[in-house]
Amino acid sequence: MIEIANLKKQFGKAVVLNNINLSLGAGNVTAIVGPNGSGKTTMIKAILGLVKPTEGTIEVDGFKTEGDYLYRKKIGYMPQIARYPENLTANELLSLIKDLRESESFKEEKILSSFKLSGEMEKPFKSLSGGTKQKVSALIAFAFDPKILILDEPTAGLDPISSSYFKDLVVDEKQKGKTIILTSHIMSEIQELADEIIFLLEGEVRFKGSLEELLKHKNETTLERAIAELMNQEV
Amino acid sequence: MSLVKKILTYEFHNTIRSKWVILYTLFFFLVGYSLFTFSGDVNKAYISLMNIIIFIIPLVSLIFGSIYLYNSREFIEMMLSQPIDRKSLFTGIYFGTSVSLAAGFVVGISIPFILFANVGQQYEGITVLLLIGIALTFIFTAIAFFISVSQDDKAKGLGFSILLWLILAVVYDGFVLFIVYYFAEYPLEKIMIVLSIINPIDLGRILFLIKFNIAALMGYTGAVFQQFFGGVIGTIISAVFMLLWILIPLTLSTQLFKKKDF
Repeated sequence: MIEIANLKKQFGKAVVLNNINLSLGAGNVTAIVGPNGSGKTTMIKAILGLVKPTEGTIEVDGFKTEGDYLYRKKIGYMPQIARYPENLTANELLSLIKDLRESESFKEEKILSSFKLSGEMEKPFKSLSGGTKQKVSALIAFAFDPKILILDEPTAGLDPISSSYFKDLVVDEKQKGKTIILTSHIMSEIQELADEIIFLLEGEVRFKGSLEELLKHKNETTLERAIAELMNQEV
Repeated sequence: MSLVKKILTYEFHNTIRSKWVILYTLFFFLVGYSLFTFSGDVNKAYISLMNIIIFIIPLVSLIFGSIYLYNSREFIEMMLSQPIDRKSLFTGIYFGTSVSLAAGFVVGISIPFILFANVGQQYEGITVLLLIGIALTFIFTAIAFFISVSQDDKAKGLGFSILLWLILAVVYDGFVLFIVYYFAEYPLEKIMIVLSIINPIDLGRILFLIKFNIAALMGYTGAVFQQFFGGVIGTIISAVFMLLWILIPLTLSTQLFKKKDF
């Protein structure tokens, strides 16, 4: 579904991503973990075309991302920080995105009622709380039934009820055969959701494999300890 | 509907509701209202109004434009994760912002015109005043966007915007005066015309003076200016330069925006 070959990204002299080769398949939740500044967000942004690769290629669903933008119709993205034009309402933003995607939002009603968002859709963004904006981001990412979901620390601002509903939503989508990429610092969440774990450090992939493989590899019982072990060993 | 038009419409809806644009509209209304009400001479009121327009529009367009783009960064990232190309997004944001600023100016200033000014008599002058205001809005929003795209640091970007305004609105006139004074013995008419065309703020002021028939007060230079800017060729050249002031910064910033990492 997503093929990354020899990806390198440099900001000035700093190499943020180096020689990344990855293949992310459908029906899988892949978690990208790593310390702050390891290149997780840059990798996600490279897939989205927000960051231009210095070297290498990325293919999404068989299409090269370089110079193309229509491939993003297949992607739902939930950013780390949700900031929207303060004077627009969530409904206006949603209709803009419907216009851009030239698509109806298939799951709007269900997500609206589960997140209890219906009452917030007519208010301007400047009067919405951080968590509510995060829910709007989730709505935008999931509503159009994209084949690929990219979730950058999605539950960081959510309350426990919304967060648990959100995880149900992710599991649902996975069972439908979607390709899901997730970054998170909450290890229990990764343990709950991820099939595959990619450990990034200093812009390189240091581990790629299933949760069981990682636990076995590090001889640990919890993901948190196994990851801490990986970090300790490398740093 | 094209992508640019879609973005433009939403940007317009966002900025037109911004309290700054509302204040800006109110400002022009109040200035127009007080000038026409408290000044006995309508012509003097027009000139004062022109002087205010020529300073305020570039300043507000530069500052509002650059702050707006800096504050839209996360929204731009969000939009770029949707199926839209960078050029359409950037063009849409640019026109959305400049059209709402221009609308604020036109609405604010038109109400006192309609209520108090002798619109029928000064039809041409008012049209020129509105057109110059709109052109300056588009020009300085384009420059603000260029500064904002090429400079990631918000404080520096704002600094550049204010500095540029000072140079074009204040320092430039000093420079022109210096040339007039220093080379007073030489025929300077052509150089003066060129110098006035290069700076959009000066060009705006002169076009207004010519169309308002005040150039006669400026003596021989005024007559030369009247002959040039009042004629067809002069009008075309002025319009072309105004257009270039929009197109050059807009094209450069679009190119930078296309290559930028977010």
